[in-house]
Amino acid sequence: MSTTLEPAGATAPDGTTADIKGASVRRGDRVFVGLSRGSGILILVTMAAIAVFLIWKSIPSLQANTANFFTTTEWAPDAKPAYFGIAALVFGTVMTALIAMVLAVPVGIGIALFIAHYASKRLASTLGFVTDLLAAVPSIIFGMWGIQFLTPQLQGFMQWLTTYFSWIPLFQNDLGIYTRSIMIAGIVLAIMVLPTISAITREVFVQAPRMHIEAALALGATRWEMVRMAIFPFARPGMISASMLGLGRALGETIAVALLLSATYDINWHITEPGGITFAANIALKWNEAGTIGLSALVASGLVLFVITLAVNMAARLIIARRSDFSGAN
Amino acid sequence: MNITGKARLAAITIVGAIALTACGSDGGTSASGTSSAGGSSSVNCVSGSIKASGSTAQKNAMADWTNAYQQACSGATIDYQANGSGAGIKDFINKQTAFAGSDSALKDQDKTDADARCASGPAIDIPMVGGAIVAAYNVSGVDKLILTPELIAGIFSNSITKWNDPKIAAANAGVTLPDATIAQFHRSDSSGTTDNWTKYLKAAAGSAWTFDHAKDWKAPGGQGAKGNDGVGAAIKSTPNSIGYVELSFALNNKLSTAWVDNGGGAIEPTSANAAKTVASATVGGSGNDIVLTIDYKTTTGYPAVLVTYEITCEKGLDSALVPLTKSFLTYTASDEAQGKLSSTGYVPITGDLLTKVRASVASIS
Repeated sequence: MSTTLEPAGATAPDGTTADIKGASVRRGDRVFVGLSRGSGILILVTMAAIAVFLIWKSIPSLQANTANFFTTTEWAPDAKPAYFGIAALVFGTVMTALIAMVLAVPVGIGIALFIAHYASKRLASTLGFVTDLLAAVPSIIFGMWGIQFLTPQLQGFMQWLTTYFSWIPLFQNDLGIYTRSIMIAGIVLAIMVLPTISAITREVFVQAPRMHIEAALALGATRWEMVRMAIFPFARPGMISASMLGLGRALGETIAVALLLSATYDINWHITEPGGITFAANIALKWNEAGTIGLSALVASGLVLFVITLAVNMAARLIIARRSDFSGAN
Repeated sequence: MNITGKARLAAITIVGAIALTACGSDGGTSASGTSSAGGSSSVNCVSGSIKASGSTAQKNAMADWTNAYQQACSGATIDYQANGSGAGIKDFINKQTAFAGSDSALKDQDKTDADARCASGPAIDIPMVGGAIVAAYNVSGVDKLILTPELIAGIFSNSITKWNDPKIAAANAGVTLPDATIAQFHRSDSSGTTDNWTKYLKAAAGSAWTFDHAKDWKAPGGQGAKGNDGVGAAIKSTPNSIGYVELSFALNNKLSTAWVDNGGGAIEPTSANAAKTVASATVGGSGNDIVLTIDYKTTTGYPAVLVTYEITCEKGLDSALVPLTKSFLTYTASDEAQGKLSSTGYVPITGDLLTKVRASVASIS
């Protein structure tokens, strides 16, 4: 193998031709390409292995199930006959993730914007450091903090919310009890995903092209108008990716939600009342004592969560792909 | 290569430290039958190392016992992981552990699999730790609360919703009950405690409790908390609340506990009263397999009790594990070990039942 550089397509004096596809013939480059390709393939293989495992292990319970898997709310896979369904799990997971996103995305983007473009250098680095520190807190600590500190502190707010906003059916509360609800779980999840969204969005904002920023300012735009015209279009795919990562964490958050929720298997639209259960919390709470069909049923619920996360990510990719044509940053 | 004086000193220190660690004693996994000097009188020491896992109900009792055994016998290591009865049985069937702790005896498929795991004999259930499940409450001003099974069933199935309900007042003459909603707590995770509590309610409360017994809580209403500690903490921090926990958790958290009246007078939820119920349980199971049927309607002892079984092989356990398993279980069945249980809120096995338990342990080979 030659160790000298040959331009692609050229014929060397000894008659051999370099590869005309443009790939380098240097060994180091080949190894690097191989490693990168191998890493990509490894990820795909891992995902495929997980999917196959989930499908394989969930088959026994799906065969033994006597109830409709998608519309039943009860969870009794170890009863004879087995009957269980994911309706309540889907509701709980989607509602808590939705509340977390509604609260965390605007705040996260706001923090990122402030750090990237409005704050002084020192304040920006301190704030960035503190936000990233929030990401390092273990999730069980969040669960314990949620139960012991946040819930009592939020009682007043919950009472105010249910008194003045009960014309929205979501905020009605017939029981007068405001603990262990989907609302509180959503708020804690929002705090947990905030650092993820904020850190990635911050990086994207910082990389907006200076020319566009200065052009907008030169044309007389205010700071906010400059942000809207020059930064947001450029950063939109990044913001959506950050939100998707945050959503992924919110959907799969296990132990914090297991400690916070009251684990009732029903679809209760009054989200300030106690109750609710999510996929991951269900697995955490039921795993230890589950029998064979019970374990298989938990894996089946894991498969549904896997599919939901996949669908949400694909939807996000579609949104990014569509919007990038109109972003004006290309 | 230039090595400065400081670097040389550091290198020598590190190498010396590593070399000296080699002088430490070997952990040792081979079993030998020597008894160690200075051991307590009821421990016939065996060195070796075994793993066990299972019920969380007996977690504190096991911790006490393994500590005591390991202190008396320096060469022994017993590692008990409280990861739940179901997980414990699975670990035992998969040959990961020498014995499993379970809140209910082996049945159905698990029994078949466990018998298969024990190469040359059946798997046996040996009751070792009793426990009482109590209704712990937090109502200021109420020092003594008496509840009948029907009242408990009503409170926990959401049909009795206020503390000053006439039915509760009828059982508690002279006690001022507040006009407040009952905040009821149950377990959000699967547990043997829930299973035994619902078994008690189904047997004793008659038509007031319509739900089948299960490890998962089925009745409507109330709030779920994770684990005995979660329910205990919730009761402690919520006024006008009630929930069911193990007696040891109620004692640790200093919660008030309700007296239970099964028809023969109110009985205080203590270890001694619960021991009477455990001792009077009907013994089932063949040979050395001891499966207890508790009389939940008893009027002479505290009725809501549970028993944790140690599940192991009568014959067929790996020969390296047999000596230490047998020695440890002999210790736990001894008067000294059972005597430790009452002070931590557990319930000892007593009388004829204890004799049968010791005979089962002696048959392990």
